[in-house]
Amino acid sequence: MTSQADYKDRQFLAVIGDEDSVTGLLLAGIGHVTAPPDSQKNFVVVDNKTDNATIEAAFDRFTTERKDIGIVLINQHVADKIRHRVDTYTAAFPAVLEIPSKDHPYDPDKDSVLRRVRRLFGE
Amino acid sequence: MSGASDREAVFPTRQSLGLMKAKLKGAETGHSLLKRKSEALTKRFREITRRIDEAKRKMGRVMQIASLSLAEVTYAVGGNIGYQIQESAKAARFRVRTKQENVSGVLLPAFEAYQTEGNNDFAMTGLGKGGQQVQRCRETYARAVEALVELASLQTAFVILDEVIKVVNRRVNAIEHVIIPRTENTIKYINSELDELDREEFYRLKKVANKKLRDTAAADKEMKEKREARMAELAARGQENVEPEEYAEPRNILDAEVDEDVIF
Repeated sequence: MTSQADYKDRQFLAVIGDEDSVTGLLLAGIGHVTAPPDSQKNFVVVDNKTDNATIEAAFDRFTTERKDIGIVLINQHVADKIRHRVDTYTAAFPAVLEIPSKDHPYDPDKDSVLRRVRRLFGE
Repeated sequence: MSGASDREAVFPTRQSLGLMKAKLKGAETGHSLLKRKSEALTKRFREITRRIDEAKRKMGRVMQIASLSLAEVTYAVGGNIGYQIQESAKAARFRVRTKQENVSGVLLPAFEAYQTEGNNDFAMTGLGKGGQQVQRCRETYARAVEALVELASLQTAFVILDEVIKVVNRRVNAIEHVIIPRTENTIKYINSELDELDREEFYRLKKVANKKLRDTAAADKEMKEKREARMAELAARGQENVEPEEYAEPRNILDAEVDEDVIF
């Protein structure tokens, strides 16, 4: 069970996605850079040249290391690259949310949570 | 079920019988309560899964509109503003806070989006041209993020409820299939042992009674013989005396009656 202290100070959103998604979400005002000594951004831009290890490291950083992130948004096509990590991630905090991107329409069958929903109801 | 061996290690006494009966009653109450809790949670769970399904579809549409407005911005500004925006992001304007909701004793956290006033990292974005589009894009994305936040809280509730329901169902099954049968077995065992003890005690008392009867009969016989011998002796002496006879007989009868009362 998640203790209360675990999510009290989770107040930011993080995003892993392609440039357009990140730009749009930053425009909405979710971007945050921590204090200078180890200024950490809460967004990661993924393009064709980004290798999976980098994505995985970013995913790990947002989900396990940082304690101030409440929701991790990840583009579905990016999540597909690290599908095993996303599928095995079952903790409640931070919540991992797969979002569609401009070039990749949303496919509910790939979503890890929706797949669990379907499995539970045997569809 | 492994029959008689599947019971708790207790001594078959009346006290532990009482304890076991209380335990069985407690287990049954707990079972029905947990079952109801599980049902309430499952109801909630189904509702949440349905809402997740809806929200995911809605999110697809909202994100599509949002990326369209971003494309408008790109067109209006006449270049990619991504780099500029990534560099100028400093402090989050859009944040979430968590609040809790209580569903049958389970604390479900829910995210709530709020915007902090006063810091605008993108004041300069679109200053040259396309400022209107940028503004509109920001609003669209803010709405999209709100939808995403809502979806995220649904999803968190889903994950937590899933876990809790599993735990509760496990408990319900454990009580139903392990604890209740075992307690019933123990009660049965104690009852049979107590019955056995009762029968043993009864048999023992019967034995004692038989022995006493035999002893009394023997004593009677002996006494009778003695008396007859004495009578014969007295008769031989030619002297009739009723006193010892009357003294002896009532006492014997009383003894026998007292004994029977004790036994049965």
